Amino acid sequence: MTDLTSMTIAEARNGLAKKSFTSLELTDAHLAAIEAARSLNAFVLETPDRARAMARAIDAKIAKGEGGPLAGIPLGIKDLFATKDVRTTACSKILGDFVPPYESTVTSQLWRDGAVMLGKLNNDEFAMGSSNETSCFGPVVNPWRREGSNTTLVPGGSSGGSASAVAALLCMGATATDTGGSIRQPAAFTATVGVKPTYGRCSRWGIVAFASSLDQAGPIARTVRDSAILMRSMAGHDPKDTTSVNRAVPDYEAAIGKSVKGMKIGIPREYRLDGMPAEIEKLWSEGGAWLKAAGAELVEVSLPHTKYALPAYYIVAPAEASSNLARYDGVRYGLRVPGRSIGEMYENTRAEGFGAEVRRRVMIGTYVLSAGYYDAYYLRAQKVRTLIKKDFEDCFAKGVDAILTPATPSAAFGVGEKGADPVEMYLNDIFTVTVNMAGLPGIAVPAGKDAQGLPLGLQLIGRPFDEETLFSLGEVVEQAAGRFTPPRWW
Amino acid sequence: MSTATHKLIKGATGDWEMVIGLEVHAQVTSKSKLFSGASTEFGGEPNTHVSLVDAAMPGMLPVINEECVRQAVRTGLGLNAQINLRSVFDRKNYFYPDSPQGYQISQYKSPVVGEGEVTVELDGGKTATIGIERLHLEQDAAKLLHDQSPSMSFVDLNRSGVGLMEIVSKPDIRDAEQAKAYVTKLRSILRYLGTCDGDMEKGSLRADVNVSVRKPGGPLGTRCEIKNMNSINFIGQAIEYEARRQIEIIEDGGVIDQETRLYDPNKGETRSMRSKEEAHDYRYFPDPDLLPLEFSEAYVAALKAELPELPDQKKARFIAGFGLSAYDASVLVAERESADFYETVLAKLADQARDGKLAANWVINELFGRLNKEGQDITGSPVSAEQLAAIVDLIGDGTISGKIAKDLFEIVWQEGGDPRALVEARGMKQVTDLGAIEKVVDDIIAANPDKVEQAKAKPAAIQWFVGQVMKASGGKVDPKAVNVLLKTKLGI
Repeated sequence: MTDLTSMTIAEARNGLAKKSFTSLELTDAHLAAIEAARSLNAFVLETPDRARAMARAIDAKIAKGEGGPLAGIPLGIKDLFATKDVRTTACSKILGDFVPPYESTVTSQLWRDGAVMLGKLNNDEFAMGSSNETSCFGPVVNPWRREGSNTTLVPGGSSGGSASAVAALLCMGATATDTGGSIRQPAAFTATVGVKPTYGRCSRWGIVAFASSLDQAGPIARTVRDSAILMRSMAGHDPKDTTSVNRAVPDYEAAIGKSVKGMKIGIPREYRLDGMPAEIEKLWSEGGAWLKAAGAELVEVSLPHTKYALPAYYIVAPAEASSNLARYDGVRYGLRVPGRSIGEMYENTRAEGFGAEVRRRVMIGTYVLSAGYYDAYYLRAQKVRTLIKKDFEDCFAKGVDAILTPATPSAAFGVGEKGADPVEMYLNDIFTVTVNMAGLPGIAVPAGKDAQGLPLGLQLIGRPFDEETLFSLGEVVEQAAGRFTPPRWW
Repeated sequence: MSTATHKLIKGATGDWEMVIGLEVHAQVTSKSKLFSGASTEFGGEPNTHVSLVDAAMPGMLPVINEECVRQAVRTGLGLNAQINLRSVFDRKNYFYPDSPQGYQISQYKSPVVGEGEVTVELDGGKTATIGIERLHLEQDAAKLLHDQSPSMSFVDLNRSGVGLMEIVSKPDIRDAEQAKAYVTKLRSILRYLGTCDGDMEKGSLRADVNVSVRKPGGPLGTRCEIKNMNSINFIGQAIEYEARRQIEIIEDGGVIDQETRLYDPNKGETRSMRSKEEAHDYRYFPDPDLLPLEFSEAYVAALKAELPELPDQKKARFIAGFGLSAYDASVLVAERESADFYETVLAKLADQARDGKLAANWVINELFGRLNKEGQDITGSPVSAEQLAAIVDLIGDGTISGKIAKDLFEIVWQEGGDPRALVEARGMKQVTDLGAIEKVVDDIIAANPDKVEQAKAKPAAIQWFVGQVMKASGGKVDPKAVNVLLKTKLGI
């Protein structure tokens, strides 16, 4: 059955159409893979019965020639997405055994198009983290290991379960969310493709909110084409989300293989960090060279406010989070730890329900919004955000079609390695947060390996709603770099 | 801003002036809530009008109800206020079980409506102009039920998320009468516009009252806020009490603590609810789930064009068109239902120009007087506008006298029926044939020579004859005609 799990979505789609196998067979193969890979802790909830029922239903549709664009494709769903009648916890104790009576817009569009749900994927608690170590279900294990080492590595975060599961062939693709790099960083750590769409491209309705002005859903898949296929189903206007944009969803897959000749690719000087590992530097140049070979033109560009992005992000995101997480109060659903007064009940519930990182961010966010600090922190961070956005606008105004950067400042690190200093962990997002702050689309594509054999990724940043260019360019990188699959050890 | 003189309070150290500002919370008339599709209907079983958004389920997002925006803009226009084409929704963060999201969506720095003004009527025909600072949209809170269990409080989310307009006055109000007149007028405008039903008993209209005192014209004093008043009379009582309380403290050498207070109508006093130190830090910030609220000049213009006639305009029209006194016009326009009733009477009159004023007198004195006596309101009036118009027509065209008209009104009130038919059937018509009266007059003169002498000596005594003639004719003759006839006959 390994054959069935190692296929791409595009290949499985053809196989299903040709009736070479059924969705039920495909689904069973993945369920078996999930069962065999429990040591990765990628899934926090397996839904085999539901998966098989969905597969049977879609097989019947395929037989009648009625399958949608994702007919019969088994997917994993990040636990941040509300799934009707299926436990949804955002990997936080505070949601307990919460079972939503509703389905997120993004997942409902996947089911509309015929996809099959295998289960819910692990993530950092409320998507706050860069290593998937803050999950109340415990850390996710990266299927990749350093050559000759048994050290357990993190898959990145917050969409660590999605990245790990896709890389380990447990599902053909996965939903993920990205607030500061939570799709692209884990994709880079696991040699998968991760797309953070333009803010407003995918509906946020039914996705547990972290930072509303930054959160965006996107896919993690094994190829650029697969990510484009998933994007088409995930994207679209939703009247239930005022911030979603009413714009036709293009056929993203059609952008794959389109010539990139004459495209101007910006290489931002400010992303060349002091002390950046030589292999990251090398990977970046190599990526540029591949795009150049494909006919694109490289231009050095300046994004002068880049260095303020991370500090500003760690004001804006916690500020919104502190307010978004206020609803977890033990009154209506989820965990409730009693107290002698309503105040004490709140305190007990939130102290026990939230993990350390979430509590830290709620406190930071509360602080920066407080009377007397609002102007100095929140307002100033919003001004920085405007400047960062303007940096990109200026760059695109000069005819730049996309910007090429490394996806992360390093390859995957070990579990527990970066726990002590939160700032060290936050630095993981250094290349990705600017994209969220500016609301732009970004894609992380596997591009090579470091000296220890761990995957590294490159990031391409596009104009608003120009995901298509990212798919075209991403595929050029993918073609040149090749695909990377972790040797199976689990 | 007040053009009227206002009440000062005499203290031990001389006169004190009150400075009062009101924050009125008016529930927007709309089928569904401000950011969800749930019903706003009053009085449903607990937690039956609740959407996923109202319950603040994970991942739920607010979507602005355009009808509420429309109503807010219409209200702003009715208050002669500036309409802001761009406004912003903010989150007001606080923890309490009546706030399922952990924040209230409100408008903080950029409200949908800016400065405006309201003219209020005071006793003695005086008016005062009260400035409006702003109007913004916000969510109502849930209701807590404390009497359902000995150890727990329950939450009813039916009201949670219902749209409110918070209308903030400038501190232009100078005494309790003005405050009451302001709320009365505001309520009237809202009801004319149909943007709030103004039902204070159901909590559709509530006011927070800010009160401070100072020496007339002196610097502003420290204010206290009296929360959640839902009766116009209580507002007046609370202000009187609160002002005297503050004056007493200051005159005793104390200082006023800025605090939030509650009015206890049973004891007639205010008491401290929380001090400034205990005040929340609401950590306002723009709600990232919602885009700024933007609409065009044309949108506002279209709403303005469709605005109904408001009380001030109606009052002016009644005065100019029918010669009503300012007082009578005010009485008629104060409540939309009263004005509508009068308008219907007008529409049914045979001769509006001739009898418009008479009709106003009848609506105010006879009908309202009688309704007040019976404790009824205009919507349940046993006498319809058509019936009243018919009575006024009968007086106006001289078919019946005013005196008979009162009897007729009583019959219609008690028994109903068509006034014209009743006049015919019961022979209530005024006798206009002087020939018929002449016989009666002659008989009375012949039978009372002593009275004739008296009348000749003292013409006022003629009234005795008028009374006798009216009595003999059952009130059906025109007293003016009788008067003229008598004068001729008696030669005076």
